[in-house]
Amino acid sequence: MTHMNLLEVNNLVVEFATRRGLLRALDGVSLTIAPGEILGVVGESGAGKSLTGAAIIGLLDPPGRITSGEIHLAGERIDQYSEDQLRGIRGRRIGAIFQDPLASLDPLYSIGHQLIETIRTHLPLTAGQARQRAIELLEETGIPAAAERINHYPHQFSGGMRQRVVIALALAAEPQLVIADEPTTALDVSIQAQVIGLLKRICQDRGAAVMLITHDMGVIAETCDRVAVMYAGRIVEIGPVQQVIHSPAHPYTVGLMASIPDLETDLERLAQIDGAMPRLDAIPPGCAFHPRCPRAFERCRLERPELLDANTSRAACWLHAPEHVA
Amino acid sequence: MNAAMNASSRIQPGEHLVQVEGLSKTFDLSASWLSRLLSGRQASLLHAVDDVSFTIARGTTLAIVGESGCGKSTLARLLVGLHPPTKGRVLFDGTDNALARPLSQRIQMIFQDPYASLDPRWMVGDIVAEPLLEHGLASPGPELQQRVSTLLESVGLSGSDLSRFPHQFSGGQRQRISIARALATEPDFLVCDEPTSALDVSVQAQVLNLMRDLQRDRGLTYLFISHNLAVVRFVADSVGVMYLGRLVEWAPKSRLFSRPQHPYTRMLLDAIPKLRDTGRSRTPVQGEVPDPLNPPSGCAFHPRCPLANERCQQERPQLIAAEAGTDTGRVACHAVQEGRIGFSGT
Amino acid sequence: MSQPSNPITRWLDSDVGYSLRNSPVAMAAAVVAFVCLFCAVFAGWVAPQDPFDLATLELADARQPPSWLEGGSPKYWLGTDDQGRDILSAVIHGARISLIVGLTSVALSLLIGVALGLLAGFLGGWIDALLMRLCDVMLSFPAILVALLIAGVGRALFPNAHTPVAFGVLIVSITLTGWVQYARTVRGSTLVERDKEYVQAARLIGVSPLRILRRHVLPNVLGPVLVLATIQVATAILTEATLSFLGVGVPPTSPSLGTLIRVGNDYLFSGEWWITVFPGAMLIIIALSINLLGDWLRDALNPRLR
Repeated sequence: MTHMNLLEVNNLVVEFATRRGLLRALDGVSLTIAPGEILGVVGESGAGKSLTGAAIIGLLDPPGRITSGEIHLAGERIDQYSEDQLRGIRGRRIGAIFQDPLASLDPLYSIGHQLIETIRTHLPLTAGQARQRAIELLEETGIPAAAERINHYPHQFSGGMRQRVVIALALAAEPQLVIADEPTTALDVSIQAQVIGLLKRICQDRGAAVMLITHDMGVIAETCDRVAVMYAGRIVEIGPVQQVIHSPAHPYTVGLMASIPDLETDLERLAQIDGAMPRLDAIPPGCAFHPRCPRAFERCRLERPELLDANTSRAACWLHAPEHVA
Repeated sequence: MNAAMNASSRIQPGEHLVQVEGLSKTFDLSASWLSRLLSGRQASLLHAVDDVSFTIARGTTLAIVGESGCGKSTLARLLVGLHPPTKGRVLFDGTDNALARPLSQRIQMIFQDPYASLDPRWMVGDIVAEPLLEHGLASPGPELQQRVSTLLESVGLSGSDLSRFPHQFSGGQRQRISIARALATEPDFLVCDEPTSALDVSVQAQVLNLMRDLQRDRGLTYLFISHNLAVVRFVADSVGVMYLGRLVEWAPKSRLFSRPQHPYTRMLLDAIPKLRDTGRSRTPVQGEVPDPLNPPSGCAFHPRCPLANERCQQERPQLIAAEAGTDTGRVACHAVQEGRIGFSGT
Repeated sequence: MSQPSNPITRWLDSDVGYSLRNSPVAMAAAVVAFVCLFCAVFAGWVAPQDPFDLATLELADARQPPSWLEGGSPKYWLGTDDQGRDILSAVIHGARISLIVGLTSVALSLLIGVALGLLAGFLGGWIDALLMRLCDVMLSFPAILVALLIAGVGRALFPNAHTPVAFGVLIVSITLTGWVQYARTVRGSTLVERDKEYVQAARLIGVSPLRILRRHVLPNVLGPVLVLATIQVATAILTEATLSFLGVGVPPTSPSLGTLIRVGNDYLFSGEWWITVFPGAMLIIIALSINLLGDWLRDALNPRLR
């Protein structure tokens, strides 16, 4: 085996037991991330992108459960791990960055305390060494006067600074994979650019792979190597970023890209996809997108498509079936 | 300033539906008088909106753009009368705007949060009917129901939705209900505070298209608040850029995007992640928005501005014509006035 | 897109109704509470005997044990007290008194507390500060002491009180100790709701502040208050029982459960335990079922636990 994937997710199914029955929130999600690669996971609300990240890191809120499928981290199967085993992985091998920095940072402790605690939990360093390392991390993430500010509390930082601290915290134990769930959505536009750039640079410096979950295609375009587009709990398209953005293979991706207002041109009207993403308890049979798809045909209503090759990417769409293309 | 605006403006005053003159709103966030006395602290005043002036021509859309703390939400509320101004005034169709009931029929607002802008315990029909009943435009009965159904249909919902509750609708549909409510009294002017920021991209497209259609069909005038410049490009006829409560640039859309003058506007345009690599050279972004309670002296942007000089540190720039001799809007920047700013390549 | 048929089926189908149907404890508590309520309301028909009609009492039947013990008779199912009163009837009528006092005082507390809380939260400023300081002052007194004080003052003012006045004083004293928590809860919720956009939208339409309070804010802040009120009924009943036990509650001509317990206490050690135990058991059953209902209601209304 020449090039083993760092993360392999195979046919992941996540279900929620509710009083209306079993709701399938993720329906056979498969993806891979190579070491050092940045994979974007993009989709609209309810598509399941945050759930995918949560499932991988073992932070699914009950009553959600992984009911089938496998997750492999560097060859090791982790989806069946106990809470104790997962705790050993979180931080040390998978780091996490969430949307709201206030939720990731404990307001009662200084950021230095939280950083040092994380470092010493996972790495065999003395208090002095850990502190030094924490200061270096803060400097690397662009916090000015790190040696002083390490003693400050989260509320003493601005939003953008807090998110930098969270990035430092996520990378403190040198994880191989970082899962970032909407890391810049809550930040101002000018800060977003800074923080996203920082995230990309710091991960590349350490050879850490990133799973970047977001709804913002622009961020994906600037940061990611590959991107997976999700719809109604499934991946509908996955491939190199430039390919998916400029030559999308799945009609949903086509519609999505067309509905994004363009900064560079004046438009009379935004292309819109009529209707809305189906609710989890009302997913149509066959292809989940077929009721809204301008190119749907008979097979789409009956059979759910697998991910089929389309140029250098793959799309779950019968339009790309060899017999159809030919 | 008023005279200057009128002189260089090619639009007749009668065509301005909304005129804002020297509008300011200051919030007193000081601790109580007693604790200030005991601790010797100063009063802290937040100049949320600081001497803002502009006009909106009838039937057009003015977009106000800025980041958090720039005062755009406060400006929106000043315009509809939810806050009384500290200084300055808003003229609506020539009359000074206080929240008088007749005016509230002609001015309405759409809010950012689709989940908090509808009373969760009211039926959708009652929500849309409330303005009609309040202003005596209809009495309860079949006629009212018919009007509500028509309103719901005009925003792309179904008439039978009037007996359902907000939680049964998605975010995009709730914004449509908000729009229906806002249109009930047939207003002339709609203030929209980030109406699509909380929506998914494809839903946003639907709502923006709807708003554009409604404007065309009903001759509405919009004030559209947003932080998303791409959305602004789609909806706006003219654009105002705000920073720390001040209006730093005001321009017709075409000029703002092709030849932005103010360094902050340029920085904003550069900071947006691009879907296509345009080869445009990017000005590196520096620093963060300062604390609004303690704004920098002189020009509020000078700590982050690559072109700041000593005058910028001391003297607050006034709005001047952006490109001398033409009517392509205004900008508040010493570097522009002194000719120090270069033409930013496309 | 079918229309909901009527409010009751809609409620039963809602998350709250479903939660009730799925919680056996809550269902049982609801049934018990309902039975007690029913008996109390229709005490005149349910009770086999009117214990306050002196004409129907037979002194010869005094101090009879419950029917299943030796010496008891089926006519007096739970036995009799020292005056020949049927304990079962006394308990049913006593429960009625207790429930009347409990429910009335909670209703009045709700009225006062919710109104003041809404005003404080919505108007803010010095009104808010004044009302909250008032709450602080009221909370620094133990409830029983306040009730005793007011009851005592009442007795001093109206020494030969007619029964309704005595009841009135008792209800007032319990009301005044209970309104504070409603005011605080409602004030907190009002502060949150006041800044929400739907309230701003109503202001923008031109709706008067009073109408906004009544039609928009009030329905949205009542949830937690209902939970409190349910549990407060039990507390009020117990407070009344305590006061009556201490002799400063209901007038002796209309004994509540507390009075019965006190009276029966004197006979406890002479072996006639049933005179105090059954009123005590009834008190516990009522308070427990109401508390269980309140617990269930709090969990059912909590969206995070669903």
